[in-house]
Amino acid sequence: MAHPVRGRTAVVGIGNAGAGEAPGRSAIELLAEASLAAIEDAGMTLPDIDAIFAATSSHAFPTLSVGEYLGIKPRFFDGTNVGGSSFEMHLLQAALALDAGLCDAALICYGSNQRTAGGRMVSMSEPQWHETPYKPRHPISAYALAASRHMHQYGTTREMLADVAVAARAWANLNPDAFAHGPLTRDEVLAAHMVSDPLTTLDCCLVTDGGGACVMVRADRARDLRQKPVYLLGAAGAQWHRSIVQMPDLTVTAASESGPRAFNMAGVGHSDVDLLMLYDAFTINTLLFLEDLGFCPKGEAGRFVADGAIAPGGRLAVNTNGGGLSCVHPGMNGMFLIIEAVTQLRGTAGARQQPNCNVALCHGNGLTLSSQVTALLGSAATL
Amino acid sequence: MKDPISAAQPGPEAVYGAHLREGRFMLQRSRNTGRYVFYPRVMIPSTGETDLEWVEATRFGVIYAITVNRRRSGSYNVALVELDEGPRMMSRIEGTESAPIGTRVKARIIEENGEPIVVFDPVEGGN
Repeated sequence: MAHPVRGRTAVVGIGNAGAGEAPGRSAIELLAEASLAAIEDAGMTLPDIDAIFAATSSHAFPTLSVGEYLGIKPRFFDGTNVGGSSFEMHLLQAALALDAGLCDAALICYGSNQRTAGGRMVSMSEPQWHETPYKPRHPISAYALAASRHMHQYGTTREMLADVAVAARAWANLNPDAFAHGPLTRDEVLAAHMVSDPLTTLDCCLVTDGGGACVMVRADRARDLRQKPVYLLGAAGAQWHRSIVQMPDLTVTAASESGPRAFNMAGVGHSDVDLLMLYDAFTINTLLFLEDLGFCPKGEAGRFVADGAIAPGGRLAVNTNGGGLSCVHPGMNGMFLIIEAVTQLRGTAGARQQPNCNVALCHGNGLTLSSQVTALLGSAATL
Repeated sequence: MKDPISAAQPGPEAVYGAHLREGRFMLQRSRNTGRYVFYPRVMIPSTGETDLEWVEATRFGVIYAITVNRRRSGSYNVALVELDEGPRMMSRIEGTESAPIGTRVKARIIEENGEPIVVFDPVEGGN
């Protein structure tokens, strides 16, 4: 029997603003412009929105800031902040609230001006006292530690990590909206400045500006709106630690828990998935999530990607917009995974469009591999 | 209902720091189950034991994961050390740019920026 949440709600509008560089714009301005674009895309108007789901790196009380700025008095709101995966979690929270009749039109939104505001990761995150004396660079040191362990246990190489960045760039080259364009070779990744061994600058995601938003409604209403609805089939979050020091095994993320729960709710299998949107803050992420979500055996992802398997023309479409590595990464990237998945499921992705794309998996990651949220989205054909 | 902290004693984080300032690297252990925890807490995580006592660390462990941060101001490593008692801690391996995962190490307390911190040295011939 289908899970009671499966297919009950749908994403009916998506919006971007200032993805890349948006000099002179604040985070909330980018968030609001993306929100208006998403509402317009849905064929709705601002007063239709009666629920807000938001997380940013610069607002301690995001739903309050967003509600005030947009002038919405929401019937329901949720500011769950588990880092970059917050927005996949918001999909689930919004679906539950919509299905329960607590609200009728949910706005999920994000904005950041981190690139033009200083070019650094903005963070309200409190320091971890037991880490601070050793001056880890956040967040890269944590991912470098995980990469060191994966290399030690499974023979993963820097070349395999580099292949993830090369595949992402090849996708970005098919996406006119991607921030990074141009050829990229494995040797260029390897020769780039080493930041935190074994990760070079080209193993790291971009630092861009950008706002992103989507609108969700119940499925019955979605069918009457302007766009092809993209249904939420299943979603699940898992969190196992805050600090990388407390991660039980640095080669196994909580995606190994969130993935199976999301697949179970969605009632689909791995062979049904046409597109993977994996939060690639660093090249090691893509490898870890391919393994933990069950697309290759544990320890094998480096060899899995080494023959171009996840690049255009490969056997698995991963991060077709170019990902955080080459398309857009304004601090918290989870919203942009959803936007690309919806674009592909609508069939409007242009040169990078996947044929017969009916099921997309979005996997968000937060902080230092700390929170993992998997969401499966599907076209009308999946209902 | 009894207030568990009515005695107004400092918490585990403060006690740990006080021990370090006196040159002792101490860990908490459950009297009943023998489980250790680091960083210091008011209970053993997940299982919840509160019968914790402070015991001196053996100071031995192995490097579980390691990276080198490359900065213009100089490079330094950041390591996760798995203590022989079980818990892991973030630290730095002294006297070397880096060291292989699995290297046996021993803790030492140094003062940095006016605060005592635990760092580790590779153990000669240790395995």
